[in-house]
Amino acid sequence: MIIRFKAAQAGTLESSDVLVSIAPADEGSGIQLNLVSATKQQYARHLQKLVCGILQEAGIIDATLHINDKGAIDCVIEARVKTAILRARA
Amino acid sequence: MQARGKLRRSVMYAAGNNAGLVRDASIYGADSIIYDVEDSVSVYEKDSARQLVYYALKRLRRTCEVGVRINHISTPWGLDDLASLLPAKPDYIRLPKGESGEEIQQIDRIISKAEQDNGFEPGTVKIMVSIESPKGLRNAYEIATASPRMIAIALGGEDFAAAMKTEKTRGNEITGGRELFVARSLLVLAAKEAGIQAIDSVFSDMRDEETLLNEVLLVKELGFDGKSCVNPRQIDLIHRAFTPQQDDIRYAIRVLNVYEEAMQKNSGVIALDGKMIDMPMVIRAERVLALAEAAGVYVKEVGK
Repeated sequence: MIIRFKAAQAGTLESSDVLVSIAPADEGSGIQLNLVSATKQQYARHLQKLVCGILQEAGIIDATLHINDKGAIDCVIEARVKTAILRARA
Repeated sequence: MQARGKLRRSVMYAAGNNAGLVRDASIYGADSIIYDVEDSVSVYEKDSARQLVYYALKRLRRTCEVGVRINHISTPWGLDDLASLLPAKPDYIRLPKGESGEEIQQIDRIISKAEQDNGFEPGTVKIMVSIESPKGLRNAYEIATASPRMIAIALGGEDFAAAMKTEKTRGNEITGGRELFVARSLLVLAAKEAGIQAIDSVFSDMRDEETLLNEVLLVKELGFDGKSCVNPRQIDLIHRAFTPQQDDIRYAIRVLNVYEEAMQKNSGVIALDGKMIDMPMVIRAERVLALAEAAGVYVKEVGK
């Protein structure tokens, strides 16, 4: 079953935070993740795993995400992605 | 350590939707920190602050006591705050603008239910309440004794002054801000009668250390256990004022020694440096040493 949602955003561009935008995508397109981060080289894979884990848990299969990271630690990223999903479904 | 007798010289707020503040709040050495989802969070960000505080509570290692200030349960957010944050097991819930024992009991029941649902030991999550209005002050004792979870009542000075249609002032060395003198006195009386702690209001001018120090010394003298703050720069000064000095510690040890000696000799009245030592002074000496020990400036000798 496909759970419908709309485009939504959470977080800020302040230092130590992250701005997460989520938008629905066509069925079968999977998760498209666009990452902007100063530590992309080091943490891109870790972040991708973290974000995809949260999306999977929420039952989201197809979505486009823009993540603008300003040095957020994992629990901040979790919180912002979770908020974006809750807002997308509100 | 038992939550009731815990050291709470400084209680520092961190704005619950600020990722950097939430991450760093515990590193400045405050005895207790509060993640705030109330006044420091705009109405459009209540949902995101809840999530941020939830994951911070769940994932960050706690090096000090961590509470959360929720929106009042009569607002559209308070009950949702409790529902989303209690599963992360904060050390305590700080309720703003407490006005009756009834609302504390309502929160107590909600916490009990959450503890049961999440498999936490009953009584784990404590309650601290801010008194910010004349009604709250009148009911301070009722509030302080409304639940065994109650660990402290705190004064919300700015809100209280506003409710009195006056303003918070710098005041003077004797009474501090005169507009709060009676409120502070009544609040600490209620707290002590209930056997819980009293925490003073925030002092918001970061540059004025002199008035801050006067305020801390005043409330300490009145019997307060600690002071709220919003800036880490105030922690050291607050701690210094609330921590027994070496002179106090030495004197307390001497008091206890002569008392013990007198007990052994079965003598009645005892004196130290020409001053009579009686029971209240012995109790005070014990309190000084307990405070000094908790603050890490005194180690009890073995066998004593």
